Amino acid sequence: MTTIVPCASSAAGVAALPARAGLGLKPAHVRQILDTRPAVGFFEVHAENYMVAGGPFHEHLARIRAHYPLSIHGVGLSIGGEEPLDEAHLDRLAALLGRYAPQAFSEHLAWSGHGGAFFNDLLPLPWTPQTLARVCDHVDRVQERLRRPMLLENPATYVEFAESTLGEAEFIAEVVRRTGCGLLLDVNNAYVSCTNHGSDARAYVQALPLGAVGEIHLAGFARQQDAAGADLLIDSHGSPVDRAVWALYAFALERLGPTPTLIERDHDIPPFDTLLGEAREAERLLAARDEAVPA
Amino acid sequence: MTTQTEFAAALLDAGLPCPPGLVAWNGSDPALRFAVYRNNVVVSLVDALADSFPVTRALVGDDFFGAMAQVYVTAAPPRSRLLAFYGEGFADFVAAFPPAAALPWLADVARLEMLRVRVCHAADAEPLPDAELAALLGDPGRLPLLRLVLHPALGVLRSPHAVVDLWAAHQVEEVDLSAVDPASAQAALVVRAGGEVYVVALPAAAAAFIERVQAGATLGDAFAVAEPGLDAADALATLLRWRAIVAIGEGGPEHEWQHE
Repeated sequence: MTTIVPCASSAAGVAALPARAGLGLKPAHVRQILDTRPAVGFFEVHAENYMVAGGPFHEHLARIRAHYPLSIHGVGLSIGGEEPLDEAHLDRLAALLGRYAPQAFSEHLAWSGHGGAFFNDLLPLPWTPQTLARVCDHVDRVQERLRRPMLLENPATYVEFAESTLGEAEFIAEVVRRTGCGLLLDVNNAYVSCTNHGSDARAYVQALPLGAVGEIHLAGFARQQDAAGADLLIDSHGSPVDRAVWALYAFALERLGPTPTLIERDHDIPPFDTLLGEAREAERLLAARDEAVPA
Repeated sequence: MTTQTEFAAALLDAGLPCPPGLVAWNGSDPALRFAVYRNNVVVSLVDALADSFPVTRALVGDDFFGAMAQVYVTAAPPRSRLLAFYGEGFADFVAAFPPAAALPWLADVARLEMLRVRVCHAADAEPLPDAELAALLGDPGRLPLLRLVLHPALGVLRSPHAVVDLWAAHQVEEVDLSAVDPASAQAALVVRAGGEVYVVALPAAAAAFIERVQAGATLGDAFAVAEPGLDAADALATLLRWRAIVAIGEGGPEHEWQHE
């Protein structure tokens, strides 16, 4: 497949996420959201948290879904894994997507389990023709089983592999070209990885298949040092979006035009209104692009 | 050995060297960078346990809990991608964890907390309407033959320790354990109502009775093997109060009757 289709809008019968700012749905905020119905473009949830039989999680999500567009974001599919995809997990995903009809489904270019153990982390893979073929097989299988295009998220990584023969952006562009999947451009991951590997984040973003971007993620990072004293940024999701990431986001928007944008926060969750403030900042930049891009 | 097999093994065993083939752009030692993954994995799994076992954690303090959970995480990493249920084996581990031996009630508090997680995420079901309940339960002659189907979001726990009081004491700002005698036996009914999970103290005989009813015994059979002191009417009233009966069948072996 050589035609690149913006995947947020390409699935038959699936409406796109609006080109607005969205927030991750946190259990602690559900009550306030349902009571006050804040102007948020969409909400995003981690798929695995809702793979339970019943109870308050489903009740809350159904009520949120009745009022807002939804993005379902998987963290456990292990698309970059050496092992075959877990078909039972795919079945659970299919059921979840059938139940909530989200406007977007995304997963990571990473692996998270091996040999029967699940590590609950997004682990790195080498960029080689062999891993490319395997990732494409896995993305093909996901899209076939879920009967919709998925968005694949660029990773945040802390190491590189001596055996890599492809660049990361080149690898991602090839997955998008071969499978027709979309790209979830995680701007924080791009900034973190490029800092960690001594490369230029703007050049990286420009080398990605930007025509396939269906959603953007923004988040905060933590700062450490590597053994040589160089910055080693950690994709922690535990702090506000950094100024450098806002700047890279504005740079990406200049090339993309308005794009659905999620503020991700998974640790040290602040009051809902604080996250809403970050969403407002993203909407300000989105509106600026809206005016700048000719109709 | 594949790349990911080596990488995975070194994630959970800090005694293993950094996997081969990793590099950094500036030539710095990749071991320190690999340690980020090691730390992410262990911390995220310890955090998952801390979320599921807040009272267990409070009883031993953050440091003790963190160290105990880390031993568990490295010995028994999750086998499932659904982390909500990752604590299933934790109480048994706590029971056999020598440094926790001074707190013999700790494992049962962990069992209670895991039961709360299961009840929270159990399937939804509609309780039987009052009129149907009244019709079915109103005839004392038929009662012994009835089999109750209880709500999936219900469980009981019987303990030789004061698990309900220990748990309840941690649901307020100022935790005060001075009035709690951990060595007194208690049983708990854990139920979900209006999206909240409740922990209710129950007489031990009632807990055993409800357990048998839940396992599919007729009321008559459950009563026949009841422990001394069972107030069966009170136990049934508890189930009715929590709207915990979703179907009632009559007579015959378990597999022959249909849900109403």
